[in-house]
Amino acid sequence: MTTIHALLQAATPGSTPHTLPYFVFTLVKLLLVFTVYMVGVALLTLAERKISAWIQDRHGPNRVGKGWLQPAADGVKNFVKEETYPAAANIPLFVLAPALAFIPALVTWAVIPFAAPWDSPWGRIDMMLAPLPVGFLFILAISSLGVYGIVLAGWSSNNKYALLGGLRSSAQMISYEIAMGMSTIPVLLLSGNVTLNRIVNQQAFETWNVLNLTIAFFIFLVAAFAETNRLPFDLPEAESELIAGYHSEYSAMKFSLFFIAEYANMVTASALMSTLFFGGWDIPFTLWDNVAPFTFLKTFLTLGCFVTKVLFFVFLYMWIRWTLPRFRYDQLMSLGWKLLLPLALGYIVAVATTIVTLDALGFARGSVPFHLGLILLNVAAVVILFVILDRGKLISPAYSRLNQRDVAKLRAVSAPRRAPLLPESGD
Amino acid sequence: MSIGVKVVERPIEQTSYIRATLTGMAHTLKHLFNPEKVTTQYPEQKESISKRWRGTHRMLTTEDGKAKCVGCGLCPTVCPANCIKLVPGEDEQGNRYPLVFEIDEFRCIFCGYCQEVCPEEAIHVGRHYENAEYSREGFVYDLERLMAQTHPVCEMWDPADPKGE
Repeated sequence: MTTIHALLQAATPGSTPHTLPYFVFTLVKLLLVFTVYMVGVALLTLAERKISAWIQDRHGPNRVGKGWLQPAADGVKNFVKEETYPAAANIPLFVLAPALAFIPALVTWAVIPFAAPWDSPWGRIDMMLAPLPVGFLFILAISSLGVYGIVLAGWSSNNKYALLGGLRSSAQMISYEIAMGMSTIPVLLLSGNVTLNRIVNQQAFETWNVLNLTIAFFIFLVAAFAETNRLPFDLPEAESELIAGYHSEYSAMKFSLFFIAEYANMVTASALMSTLFFGGWDIPFTLWDNVAPFTFLKTFLTLGCFVTKVLFFVFLYMWIRWTLPRFRYDQLMSLGWKLLLPLALGYIVAVATTIVTLDALGFARGSVPFHLGLILLNVAAVVILFVILDRGKLISPAYSRLNQRDVAKLRAVSAPRRAPLLPESGD
Repeated sequence: MSIGVKVVERPIEQTSYIRATLTGMAHTLKHLFNPEKVTTQYPEQKESISKRWRGTHRMLTTEDGKAKCVGCGLCPTVCPANCIKLVPGEDEQGNRYPLVFEIDEFRCIFCGYCQEVCPEEAIHVGRHYENAEYSREGFVYDLERLMAQTHPVCEMWDPADPKGE
């Protein structure tokens, strides 16, 4: 018991964990969040199939309990199916990989504040599992662990397609992680703190970051799609080339764990987007939910608000998945390295300069002119990026214009190799 | 000499990925709320099949419940898949009838020649497609089974009336 208390205190300095209610509430929160999260993820698989069906003018699953029991049927099926092991697989890693993909997706959720705190009769209870002071850094650290599960799955299967899928995903996730981390720096510049609760409060009392930092949100959105391996960035499991990529050799519940991890990652990324850019649990246009006294009603309403925001982003994920085709691999890489990363870096400089200038001009942080200045910068940036620069070159699909200089360069490179193949001029 | 790569200059509306994405998303959203579905809810609803559909066979019977077949042997002769097994017999009055008449539906290619060649209009291919069985043996239909079928039979193509009007 003392060890647990010590651990709790290490996780939440400043609180008074040597009380029974604190211990009990932490346990209750753990159980509740885990259960709701897992059931929610199961229902999301149904939602995905339903939304895909509706977009394609179909009905979707409607047989097992009018469709509602489909996740349960899938779960039972996955438990009773045969577990297959490839003969040449590295069995320990092969078994470990699904868990490694699954756990980081769950752990990230621990530091996301999902509702306003509650002033219970036994003291204030924060509505997050572990109110870590380093909240956001913890998320960056943990979310990059997810790639290990996929890479190990690809490697241990001893299958060329799985290996290629694992390689692709590691390249993709590492590339986009940089852009993702960089895109959140402007948020931290504005809030001046990495604690997620502070970031939420700063947005609640000022403006949501999406209004101030639309470009950062755009970069984060694209990078989050790539991080979760969802379309249009699902190259690690491109069916046309790689069968199913890194999970080609997995069956039954081990495959299902990868599947659950994908949806769990999606929910976590959606929660991050709403926390960092859409005010977290803040109810828009009101301030009463952000100030004491924190009643149970407030907690409940803010929770509803947060869930609505998260579900919206989950819907956006699915909506985009059933709209866009997959990128080509070189397009994916050039988008990450040549567009998103320089854009994120440039944006940090622009935002930092604006903040310093506004400070120097004597506008207080959080005052109306301060935010007007930021919003002006934002509008200018959005117009420049999406209207003036967007000439089909930001992301280059196969049919976009080729740069004439590149064409000439490619021809020059291939000319000597082609020369012996050309017919003799004398013939 | 260079490869003749033809570079087509296109207007921005066609090359902007962001605009194309937004248009596409508007399109899918429109379909998301479209109440008209294209699905046929199969076991409850069924698509109608053509009058000339050639499915599993059916042997027509006379009014007193006997097979119309006279065991002439034309259908096993014409059958390109060699799936009809016929042993003819004869009763005291000299009426020929099939002692054994079996069709292996797995070998059958459903060309419908047996129906076309039959002088007594006895064997027919049927307008029917729900044929699931639990064993391979179940797909060898004997005379009893062929006579017990009740589904409608195929209307063969009439060269004089090619559109079936």
